[in-house]
Amino acid sequence: MSVEFSPEALKKFEETLARYPKKEAAMLPVLYLAQQEFGHLGPEAIEYVAKLMGQAPARVHGVVSFYTMLNMKPIGRHHIQVCRTLSCALGGAEKITAFIKQKIGIEPGQTTADGRFTLSEVECLASCGTAPMMQINDDYYENLNEEKVAAILEKLT
Amino acid sequence: MEKILLRNVDVPDSHTLATYTSRGGYRSWPEVVQNMKPEQLIEVVKASGLRGRGGAGFPTGMKWSFVPKDSPKPKYLVCNADESEPGTFKDRLLIEKDPHAIVEGTLISAYAIQSHTAFIYIRGELVFGTARLERAVEEAYQAGYIGKNIFGSGYNLDLIVHRGAGAYICGEETALLSSLEGSRGWPKMKPPFPATHGLFGCPTVVNNVETLAALPWIIAHGPAAYAAIGTEKSKGTKLFSVSGHIAKPGVYELEMGYPLKKFLDEDCGGVPNGKKLKGVIPGGGSMPVLRPEEIEKVNLDYESVQAAGSLLGSGGVIVMDETTCMVRAAWNLARFFAHESCGQCSPCREGCHWMEKIFHRIEHGNGEKNDLDLILNISGNIMGNTICPFGDAAAMPAAAFIKKYRDEFDAHIAEKKCTVAN
Repeated sequence: MSVEFSPEALKKFEETLARYPKKEAAMLPVLYLAQQEFGHLGPEAIEYVAKLMGQAPARVHGVVSFYTMLNMKPIGRHHIQVCRTLSCALGGAEKITAFIKQKIGIEPGQTTADGRFTLSEVECLASCGTAPMMQINDDYYENLNEEKVAAILEKLT
Repeated sequence: MEKILLRNVDVPDSHTLATYTSRGGYRSWPEVVQNMKPEQLIEVVKASGLRGRGGAGFPTGMKWSFVPKDSPKPKYLVCNADESEPGTFKDRLLIEKDPHAIVEGTLISAYAIQSHTAFIYIRGELVFGTARLERAVEEAYQAGYIGKNIFGSGYNLDLIVHRGAGAYICGEETALLSSLEGSRGWPKMKPPFPATHGLFGCPTVVNNVETLAALPWIIAHGPAAYAAIGTEKSKGTKLFSVSGHIAKPGVYELEMGYPLKKFLDEDCGGVPNGKKLKGVIPGGGSMPVLRPEEIEKVNLDYESVQAAGSLLGSGGVIVMDETTCMVRAAWNLARFFAHESCGQCSPCREGCHWMEKIFHRIEHGNGEKNDLDLILNISGNIMGNTICPFGDAAAMPAAAFIKKYRDEFDAHIAEKKCTVAN
């Protein structure tokens, strides 16, 4: 598989570099762009970004592996991330996770066979006053209960 | 009390430039850039008594004054919008509902240190907040508040919204700068401090969202008006995020020095369902927990909370009622720190995981006789032995939970099960 930016992504890449005082500072936005283009950041994608940024692949790998939002493996179309930190735990986060597990039949860290869902338990998402909560892809869902979760999951195809 | 930080958040379309300016926004910035010298501005903010709201409470004007004026290197200003402290969600409210107040504050701060490139580093998960900030910056550019030769002053400034990618440690200022340099978010030794050796080795100031959002008001009303609010050493107002077992969770703006008990019982409606209070973490998940009898006389200012044996931190107040298992709560936070340790210093990298494992086995009925002393020992060996304050942040709450709820931990170990029914 050849891993390369589309012409549109290349244009975005150049625009991103132009905004920063130094090329290195653009590393995270460029990795986001690559993740958007390639779905995840596997070895080929990392090598490609390293070439674009003029850095060693090992260094880019070190960055990617450090941040939870950069995925080194493919994930489902809908990435369900249930907050498990204290305020959400006090609000019943464990029950929400158990409900989702039973509903979609996977454990945290797994992806459904049809690629529809990936389930993760994550740390504090700065939404403690509306616990329990979860993030699915870009969106926050707050003040959850089982009925709400069921309705949310149903809409995600 | 007049609201300073939450003055706009309940107004419809509060995030737009039109609403912000119609409510008095963007009056301070033109005044600053056209009529004030940087030294004057620094003196004004020093006189206001404003202290950094990210957790450390360092005087803002003084932080600015450490930036060398004669440095030939570029200077950078970074707004820290990487809010990730457990129990804290105040910056997110400002980011989503009053982004222009943050932008205006960022511009003022950048001018104080004569920076021509500023960043807002926002945590990656806040996609909606990022969009709000990016739009606000775009509007501010179009209106001429940011860019070249601002209001004919000859001052140039660019502002870049930069997304993090999921790492609690990047809220620590030197880790944030490493991340902004395109590296892993690894903290650096201080000294040298960012004021002289920050982003790419250049003079840099990192200010929290809430700190910056207070600046337009301080300029507009004068430092004396701000200093008249609060206590002798903790001036002004502060945001508190309240969560856990509380009737009315949310973000509140209080005058510094407001009594904690009154705040929880009256403003926040107390512990719901007729349950009794068991513990309160007053300043976010890295701060020691307080027992009900310890909060009786605590006021919400830096000095009072410290005198009670905890810290005001970010103002993230987590309330736990009598049904809470304190072993489980301690384990929950230990797991957070084990997950978030950046891995650079061995006491923290290893110790956080050991503490998590031991709390876990106590909670799940496999605790051993010496486990509590073991955790206290590990905690003591992390404290003060790491590059950044994360180590202390992980060690302090672990030790506090054990010391303050020792009976409950002992019972878990003796009975080989969780002894708190829920």
